[in-house]
Amino acid sequence: MTDAVWQAFALLGSLNADLIEIIGLSLRVSLAAVLIAALVGLPLGALIATRRFPGRGAAIVLVNTLMGLPPVVVGLMVYLWLSASGPFGALQLLYTPTAMIVAQTILVVPILIALTRQIVADLDAELGEQLRIFGLTRWQQILTLLHEGRAALTTALLAGFGRAIAEVGAVLIVGGNINHVTRTMTTAIALETSKGELALAMALGLVLIFIAGLVNAAAMALRGGADAQLAPGRS
Amino acid sequence: MDQTVLRPIMRDVQVMPIAGDALVVRRDGRTLLDRAALSIAHGAGVTVIIGPNGAGKSLLIRTLAGLVVPDLGRVTWAGSPPDRRRARRTGFVLQRPVMLRRTALDNLVYVLKLHGHNDAAGRVVAMQHLADHGLARVAATNAQRLSGGEQQRLALLRALVLEPEVLFLDEPAANLDPASTLAIERQLNVAVEKGLRVVLVTQDLAQARRLADEIVFLHKGRVLEKGEAHEFFRAPATAEARAFLAGDLVL
Ligand SMILES: Nc1ncnc2c1ncn2[C@@H]1O[C@H](COP(=O)(O)OP(=O)(O)O)[C@@H](O)[C@H]1O
Ligand SMILES: [Mg+2]
Repeated sequence: MTDAVWQAFALLGSLNADLIEIIGLSLRVSLAAVLIAALVGLPLGALIATRRFPGRGAAIVLVNTLMGLPPVVVGLMVYLWLSASGPFGALQLLYTPTAMIVAQTILVVPILIALTRQIVADLDAELGEQLRIFGLTRWQQILTLLHEGRAALTTALLAGFGRAIAEVGAVLIVGGNINHVTRTMTTAIALETSKGELALAMALGLVLIFIAGLVNAAAMALRGGADAQLAPGRS
Repeated sequence: MDQTVLRPIMRDVQVMPIAGDALVVRRDGRTLLDRAALSIAHGAGVTVIIGPNGAGKSLLIRTLAGLVVPDLGRVTWAGSPPDRRRARRTGFVLQRPVMLRRTALDNLVYVLKLHGHNDAAGRVVAMQHLADHGLARVAATNAQRLSGGEQQRLALLRALVLEPEVLFLDEPAANLDPASTLAIERQLNVAVEKGLRVVLVTQDLAQARRLADEIVFLHKGRVLEKGEAHEFFRAPATAEARAFLAGDLVL
């Protein structure tokens, strides 16, 4: 056990090539997922926050339901779509990093929609009338609200990234944990631990803890900065 | 006649005169504006709306500005209903100023860019305006951190840099000290001399006497009096207005 700890640090210290490859793939997959999720989630969240349209209530229920979906269920869903007999089987995406990006995107989108909706709705209550006074179009209003909420929205993106990078069930199902192809930090930890190879698992665990710490520190710095510069201060 | 040629063109860009015709606004089963009728003529000057708390002054001014759609009756700007494009020719200063999360300078630059200035030109123009109004010192300060008086002066400036045809103000000096109130009134007077029409709600009768060319007296959602300011203060026509001026109007 103590041996494993030392080996873990040795692995980290030696910048082991396998280790670096796994970390790199995890980061690439999760960053891509968050980026795509942001492109979908920010506009949709803002739209739901600022516009009344038929089906809006249903959309909110759907988003909340999706947010609560267990990652393995999302993994299963994507697996069924991408498997050879599934609707997207012809694309041959199963067991590729792209499949993992798809699964993580689906996990992150509902979070981003829900958080964006809340952030933009609060800002709209504060600024909406003034923006209408400025004579903005709907889209200009939404863009301005997103810009005004940039600090809080960045925190939401970090939360999405946290969920993506820490997730194991979905990427295991659609990625398959194939060495040098789809092995991520979390799937490697699961596999290595089950084989009793604790050193690599612990090294990756330490990296994940470090990333979680970094994400939280970034979120806190943003909030702190936002509080210091941006909090309404009226005398 | 000239008018028939001019009208279709003018209607595009012109807001004044503003007319509210039998405006009714109901909320939660209460009639808040009760067939309020009012017209505000084209041209420079100050129309002051006064009346007891809860009379519907804020609602009336927001309806005239096109921010509230009446349940019955209609508002027209130069003969046609308010639209977003012409809303850009109006300004509105809220009782509690709403500042964007950026510096004082950038709050001005933001609206200038909406009206077609590029960033560089907007900055120069904005800085000049801040300097002209004694706000240069706070140009780089986050606008939401400014004092109430500074925010309100900035809100007024932000509305005025676009050179609107008409400016609505809802109790802009309600929470301000005398010096800030004076600064705001000076700023307004300068703009009126340059041709602005001001529609102002105030609780402050002294302010109403200082600024008003024309008084609108609102009572329980109805316009009870509208007329020349001196005349109104000298001899209010209704018992309600007399009681209000005497300070003993009980709702
Ligand atoms: N959106 C609303 N819903 C319900 N009641 C409202 C709403 N807006 C205003 N009121 C009510 O309408 C009345 C007039 O409000 P307001 O125009 O703010 O009065 P004033 O500005 O003259 O003090 C008040 O009694 C207020 O409570
Ligand atoms: Mg009011």
